[in-house]
Amino acid sequence: MHAAIIVFPGSNCDRDLAVAFESAGFRVSMVWHKDTGLPEDVDIVGVPGGFSFGDYLRCGAIAAQSPICRAVIAHASRGGYVLGVCNGFQVLTETGILPGALLRNARLKYICKTVGLRVETPDSAFTAGYGRGEVIDIPIAHHDGNYFADADTLAQLRAEDRIAFTYTDNPNGSTGDIAGILSANRRVLGMMPHPERAADAAHGGTEGAALFRALAGVLTPA
Amino acid sequence: MQEPAITPELIASHGLKPDEYQRILDIIGREPSFTELGIFSAMWNEHCSYKSSKKWLRTLPTTGPQVICGPGENAGVVDIGDNQAVVFKMESHNHPSYIEPYQGAATGVGGILRDVFTMGARPVAAMNSLSFGEISHPKTRQLVHGVVEGIGGYGNCFGVPTVGGEVRFDPAYNRNCLVNAFAAGLADADRIFYSAASGVGMPVVYLGAKTGRDGVGGATMASAEFDDSIEEKRPTVQVGDPFTEKRLMEATLELMATGAVISIQDMGAAGLTCSAVEMGDKGGLGIRLQLDDVPQREAGMSAYEMMLSESQERMLMVLRPEKEAEARAVFYKWDLDFAIVGETIAEDRFLILHGNDVKADLPLATLAGSAPEYDRPWRATAPAEPLGDVPQVDPVDGLRALISSPNYAAKQWVYEQYDTMVMADTVRAPGLGAGLIRVHGSDKLLAFTSDVTPRYVRANPEEGGKQAVAEAFRNLCAVGARPLAATDNLNFGNPEKPEIMGQFVGAIKGIGAACAALDMPIVSGNVSLYNETDGAAILPTPTIGAVGLLDHAGQIIGTQVREGHEALVIGETRGHLGQSALLAEVFNRAEGDAPPVDLDAERRNGDFIRANRDLIRACTDLSDGGLALAAFELAEGSGIGVHLGAGDIETLFGEDQARYLVACNFDQAEALMSAAARAGVVIASVGRFGGDTVRLGQSEAPLGELSALYRASFAAAIA
Repeated sequence: MHAAIIVFPGSNCDRDLAVAFESAGFRVSMVWHKDTGLPEDVDIVGVPGGFSFGDYLRCGAIAAQSPICRAVIAHASRGGYVLGVCNGFQVLTETGILPGALLRNARLKYICKTVGLRVETPDSAFTAGYGRGEVIDIPIAHHDGNYFADADTLAQLRAEDRIAFTYTDNPNGSTGDIAGILSANRRVLGMMPHPERAADAAHGGTEGAALFRALAGVLTPA
Repeated sequence: MQEPAITPELIASHGLKPDEYQRILDIIGREPSFTELGIFSAMWNEHCSYKSSKKWLRTLPTTGPQVICGPGENAGVVDIGDNQAVVFKMESHNHPSYIEPYQGAATGVGGILRDVFTMGARPVAAMNSLSFGEISHPKTRQLVHGVVEGIGGYGNCFGVPTVGGEVRFDPAYNRNCLVNAFAAGLADADRIFYSAASGVGMPVVYLGAKTGRDGVGGATMASAEFDDSIEEKRPTVQVGDPFTEKRLMEATLELMATGAVISIQDMGAAGLTCSAVEMGDKGGLGIRLQLDDVPQREAGMSAYEMMLSESQERMLMVLRPEKEAEARAVFYKWDLDFAIVGETIAEDRFLILHGNDVKADLPLATLAGSAPEYDRPWRATAPAEPLGDVPQVDPVDGLRALISSPNYAAKQWVYEQYDTMVMADTVRAPGLGAGLIRVHGSDKLLAFTSDVTPRYVRANPEEGGKQAVAEAFRNLCAVGARPLAATDNLNFGNPEKPEIMGQFVGAIKGIGAACAALDMPIVSGNVSLYNETDGAAILPTPTIGAVGLLDHAGQIIGTQVREGHEALVIGETRGHLGQSALLAEVFNRAEGDAPPVDLDAERRNGDFIRANRDLIRACTDLSDGGLALAAFELAEGSGIGVHLGAGDIETLFGEDQARYLVACNFDQAEALMSAAARAGVVIASVGRFGGDTVRLGQSEAPLGELSALYRASFAAAIA
């Protein structure tokens, strides 16, 4: 199992994500944003949290134009797995891999705290370790995590069971309390909360680790 | 460009006194150029030269077997075993934050982070100690919003977890807020980088962001009192770019790993001037700079502006010439400027060239070493009047008054705006007591705390100085950490006033005594004077940031109490109400003496807590608000009630020092009592945790009601 973590100059959760993948048994390669290709045998691409290019423009907008993102788009369109966390989710919406956009939090302040997430579907490689409707505690840390999608997109996400997580107590104004969504082929997950920050007993919560374990279960060569 | 003539007005506007100007004439034997005047003013202002404080700072204990590098470099370096070191410092950004709260606070964080990674350490934890005016003052809310957002905006983007801090409100800060930022980093103990240049003819390299006109004269601004012209000073505040800082950090650490760096210094206050002079002076060398080669953000900058610019996110380095290509490649990878702007020279000269002109030609060692040093007259603070009668109040009403005050209410409105978990090593985020992080890739943990009680310092500078150190020591012991060392951020008013200087001298004496007794040397620090507006000074605020070490997670003492836990107080309770939180918040009285600090008891009781950690389920130190507030905080954090037997305000709200509240089961309590008797430690059973009410003596309220008040009051006052 091989995970590639994309490193933008302002990524700051790249190491955290790498540690979580490694703990679940993945081999991890860090891939620089100026690179044009991914390692050949990559099973999953992780797009980490942080402030990819400072986020002075729309979060993730410049990152989406970087050379490596062309390779990530190609990987996703070939049916490859991608996990985007926080700024990584923003990058995935900016590249068009996932629908919708992340707006400024409704109360306009940055928020870092642990929140309750409801698992809306266990039907993906990412969420197979959880039960439908299970509530897990995962930290958020963002200024722009207010998910927005138009009514048609929202209806489609719901009809196709592509809403992975919702907030139990919406902290940022997200439409439909949405915290994370899946691609149509269910192989790309974008989520604002940080599962890698609840993946070790020392974090005070380990409910994020199940996501990485579930991925490992699916991606382990037979 | 026509440079202005050197007139008495120009000299005064550079913050130089007539006798100081005479000193310049004596040193160089001629009238200085405009650029030279600027350089002297930058090197000799209070902020950079410590001219009022140096004499007293020398008296602080700064050494110990754990200390790798004490004050004098960018940050202190302390050994944590296994060839690892923690590098830390605290620094103020008070004046800029009052003028422009968001950028002032943001660049304060940027400056302290740069101090840490300049030494070769990756920042792993941040804290901040904030002091604001009373809530009702028209400027306070705007300052709180701006400062908190600025700290978050910079630290969150850079990617360092904020793990602790303080926020206080007092009318004495109405027109001078305090923003003290702390950062700590981790480095290999044998790969620390220093500022002393070595070797003649070595390239001096400029790294990072381009130089603009921002911040010209900032350090001089920060060395003067405020008055009504304050708005005019906004252009002296720098603008932060945390994204560039993040890249600068990564590039600098990568560069250091290549072996290309001989010496390195960040450009902070007085930018290019201070950094170049420091590198030359410490290495016993001269420096020649060719300003045309400095990366510039705007056209037509003068030598004066370039030498005094405080543009952020810049470094100066002396490079091993054979490594130039490799070094350049690292900076280009991160899209940062890399420019050779000069060289080290054998002669003792600070030679600044711009085009074909010599803009400054000064004796470097003298420039660095000849800053005036003052033994300012000081008058000891008069002993406090004894505290008059304090009427009894209903204890739960007293508690309500504390937890509904923004001073003691829960601060989640503040710390939820900071990323407290990035790097995924945070073990205890802000909220109660010291912050804790894992040392990445090892079993060890580091504990961080920041403490001072300015009311005490005003009433009794010496005891107040001791208390700040003692409280930091206690917060570290309460989490199970071995206190290692401290940094001090000394915020005072105008040192030219003997009573202010008296506060400073007293506080230093107290800090020195406590650091020596508690084996917590001061390894770095910062002095901020002239925190006055129209003659009104802040409360004397010597903030102490301290760091402790745990060998493994098994040594952590938690904060979760359980139903049926016994509540015990370690340390002697006498009921000292002078300068207490209760007195201030309920009676609006700031009277009496500060509580005396018994350093032997502090040491004994702190050692006792750590030695008996296996018997303790939860622990917190007793400080402001005494037993009642500490017991409430422990109970509230666990969602469990507490009953304390005492009903008198002296026992409940007294602020006697050297005390801890611990929770444990009955058998553990018995064992702890026996251990305390053997160790000569005072211990008392004070009540029990359990149920869903808070009962103090005969007075009682539902925990849920008090918890809601505690959680909502800060936002209600500020948002």
